Amino acid sequence: MDYSSEELLICVIARLLEGVEHIAVGVSSPIPGSAALLQRSLSDGATRVTVLNSRQLQALNDGVTELFDMAAQGRIGAFFLSGGQIDGSGNINLVGVGDYPQMRVRWSGSFGSALLYYLVPKVILFRDEHTRRTMVEKVDFISAPGTSAEGVHRPGGPHALVTNLCAFSFDKEKARFRLESIHPGHSLEEVRDNTGFVFDCPDHVPKTPAPEPERLALLRGPLAAEVADPYPKFAARVWGV
Amino acid sequence: MIAETLQELVAPIESGASIALPPTRSGPAIAATRALIETGAKDLHLIAIPTSGLQADLLIGAGRVATMESAGVTLDEFGQAPRFVDAVKQGTLKLKDTTCPALVSALQAGEKGIPFIPMRGLIGSDLLKHREDYQVIDNPFARSGDPIVVLPAIVPDFALFHAPLADRHGNVWIGKARELMTMAHAARHTLVSAEEIVDEDLMADPLRSPATIPAHYVTKIAQAERGCWPLGLAGCYDLDAEAMSAYARMARTAEGFAQFLEDGPEPAQQVAAE
Repeated sequence: MDYSSEELLICVIARLLEGVEHIAVGVSSPIPGSAALLQRSLSDGATRVTVLNSRQLQALNDGVTELFDMAAQGRIGAFFLSGGQIDGSGNINLVGVGDYPQMRVRWSGSFGSALLYYLVPKVILFRDEHTRRTMVEKVDFISAPGTSAEGVHRPGGPHALVTNLCAFSFDKEKARFRLESIHPGHSLEEVRDNTGFVFDCPDHVPKTPAPEPERLALLRGPLAAEVADPYPKFAARVWGV
Repeated sequence: MIAETLQELVAPIESGASIALPPTRSGPAIAATRALIETGAKDLHLIAIPTSGLQADLLIGAGRVATMESAGVTLDEFGQAPRFVDAVKQGTLKLKDTTCPALVSALQAGEKGIPFIPMRGLIGSDLLKHREDYQVIDNPFARSGDPIVVLPAIVPDFALFHAPLADRHGNVWIGKARELMTMAHAARHTLVSAEEIVDEDLMADPLRSPATIPAHYVTKIAQAERGCWPLGLAGCYDLDAEAMSAYARMARTAEGFAQFLEDGPEPAQQVAAE
């Protein structure tokens, strides 16, 4: 069965969300957002989804503080972060490239990462550009660290890193990523060539499973319209709704 | 209380003042910001609650900003905020980068009149390393060691934002944008432009009063139709994508930015301001 790269990534992320009671999704994250909605529709009512700035999927009414208060209380089970740079220790950089403050390349800023990365149990890192520019040995600026020293309150942190090439899990003890699967059409050599950090690699790396037909049918049917509420451009491009 | 013009609304803001600004979806007072640029007030300290976009970029591009305190400055789907990025590269801005919940928590400390507030997270980040005003203390209530960051309270000189509705008593209806309530509670002076100013008392309406900032916290209000343009205002009008694209393109250069300012607000606003 044919499927798009977006549909593959949505299904990869959705598998990581199994059993999560409340998934929160930030602005401009259509692929993670679609994965959260897919998990919700598979959960028989057990999973709730909050999409920031969505008209229908944001049952919050206490201003910008509410999401962070919920996270600090343990009311959010999974969240998604990304980075202009992500390094092998799970550190993420949303600030820029070069020496702070007068950086060569400046991005928007750290947003909620320096709280959410510490407190949300399953943070899934997602970046659809897997190159040596984005997957670096050491980030130029730590917006939020991958791990914390012993004694620092840290119930949350990185759970996985999903890119356009592959999926990694994160080992908190070793503060390292482990390659879990490589997406169809890509190779271990390609992953190594495009990754600036060292990662653990099993002797045999499985191929990422293709999207399950019934999940594809869900995405292309009822879910496409749900995704179009917060992410109209994405839904129009991928599913023509 | 009711200013006749936007110029009169922003007149109290003097050089060196700190101004709390709302996020893009909670009513940035763009028309009032244009009026503020005209006053010539400079060396401003902008405090985004917790992020900003066009509003900060306009003030930075006009050379009015000394310090930018925020968790993010972006034009969202229209890309980077070009004047902000340029100022960072030129080194003309003092940056106080932080994370969203730190700004909101510190503002809540200001609202409560307490000197600081603890917050989880931040430890081990370069945000903390570059913020000399943030400190790490040991949680005094923990049995064993529990380091936690403490943030000094934020008490802005001004809060400046745009709301859908106000009344002639100075009450301001904000809907779900509760951070505007926190801003008004914490700031020394609150300046609000509103789409409409009505005669009835919004605080006397049990359905609307829970989402209304009482006049006690509000210094001045002024009417400004489509006061967020080219940004949108929830429940009132959508963002003007064509104008935002034009801004993102023009503001890549100082000359293009100056032209955008000179082109002025859209006709509906000019009528309202006259």
